[in-house]
Amino acid sequence: MAIARFWRENDSRYNMYGKKCGNCDKTYFPPRDMCPKCRRESMGKMKKVQLTGKGKVISYSIVHDGLPEFHMQLPYTIAIIELEEGARITGQVVDCNGDSVKIGSKVKSVFRKLGEEGKSGVIHYGYKFKLI
Amino acid sequence: MSVGIVSYGGYVPYYRIEAGSIGAVWGVDGTARGKGLGIIRKSVPSPDEDVITISVEAARKAMKCCKADPEKIGALYVGSESHPYAVKPTATIVAEAISAAPNLTAADMEFACKAGTAGIQACMGQVASDMIEYGMAIGADTSQGAPGDALEYSAAAGGAAFLIGKKDLVAKINTTLSFTTDTPDFWRREGQMYPRHGGRFTGTPAYFKHINACAKMLFDKMGTKPEDYDHAIFHQPNGKFPLRIGGAMGFSKEQLEHGLLTPIIGNTYSGAVPLGLTNVLDNSKPGDKIFVISYGSGAGSDGFDITVTDNIKKHKKNNWQPLSDLIENYELLDYATYAKFRGKINMGGVA
Repeated sequence: MAIARFWRENDSRYNMYGKKCGNCDKTYFPPRDMCPKCRRESMGKMKKVQLTGKGKVISYSIVHDGLPEFHMQLPYTIAIIELEEGARITGQVVDCNGDSVKIGSKVKSVFRKLGEEGKSGVIHYGYKFKLI
Repeated sequence: MSVGIVSYGGYVPYYRIEAGSIGAVWGVDGTARGKGLGIIRKSVPSPDEDVITISVEAARKAMKCCKADPEKIGALYVGSESHPYAVKPTATIVAEAISAAPNLTAADMEFACKAGTAGIQACMGQVASDMIEYGMAIGADTSQGAPGDALEYSAAAGGAAFLIGKKDLVAKINTTLSFTTDTPDFWRREGQMYPRHGGRFTGTPAYFKHINACAKMLFDKMGTKPEDYDHAIFHQPNGKFPLRIGGAMGFSKEQLEHGLLTPIIGNTYSGAVPLGLTNVLDNSKPGDKIFVISYGSGAGSDGFDITVTDNIKKHKKNNWQPLSDLIENYELLDYATYAKFRGKINMGGVA
């Protein structure tokens, strides 16, 4: 990924900033400039909100054959998390073996390394999740 | 000077390896070697953890336990000898991740194992002179030990963050001072993966000389003696040195108990004294007096005389998670997984 593209998203990826529609109160993460439900009625009403990072597992998968940059972490767990504010996002669940993750498990966000562009390239950071 | 700790937070990774598992690979009795060093097990960072992630977790814990506005942090320093970048500051990423950027100064510090306490001193100076309202000082490391070397039994990962200010102090720092010389007891050259050390030279002319000298300066300045303190924290490259030097000064095992974590998490280098202080504060009560001496190879020691305030009770009610939760909740690794996690396996460019 280009450095600038990743850098532009650091604010939301580091601190879980989302957007809340001022028309229907639905929260989006990653942040959106327009509510896909309210469309033009949401224009200018999308408010920046910091999410708690707490939520529950809606579904998950244990990855045994992942991308090369994740070889050191195999097997690892990827889950769909429903945050307290309602937004659903995909994230890795760390510091656990796959057996301990269940549908409905409560999780909280943690700050981790997401990847790096080779040994001499830039390092990307952001959220992952941990069982509470 | 009414400057001190407004809030604090510590972080220790989830994984551990026992001394016996390390020794078994190198054909020695690791458990006995660990006993000789006073180390049962040490913390191991996940492949997706480094000094930046550890610093952010510690800093967020500190900010959660107080009402301070992160935008009022005027300086942020991260002390470490394992910054992920040789050129690009750890501190800028931590500042962004706690919403303290952009109106602050931020920098990385390096002074072997005492860079974290050096950061506390830098923040104290700026807070005391009213240059800034709050300063954040972090000491963290994912320290390196060459395979088979004595350091492999101790080199661990962890860190702690301290919000330094003048208002709502949980602990007042009554004074601080330092003792510094040019002593080549331990070093890592640019581009080298592992540090080297002078073996027994790291003891008497290095660790013991600097801590003793700094402690004497602190006792003399404050007019105190060991029995005046409830807790004492010394740098802890292993589990034995702090007990030996503390005992020789006249501190009891009870005074050293909460500040000595190396036996169960290893030596967290720049994080060692900060994490010891975190655990002491977690176990302290208003009025407790704390004696702190850090040590960094190369070499120097920073001393602090600290008094816990009534606000420590409030701190333990505001989203507080004791450090012991992270220390007691862990998973043991075998040596092969540890070697993989620490990048000790040549992957031939695959990962």
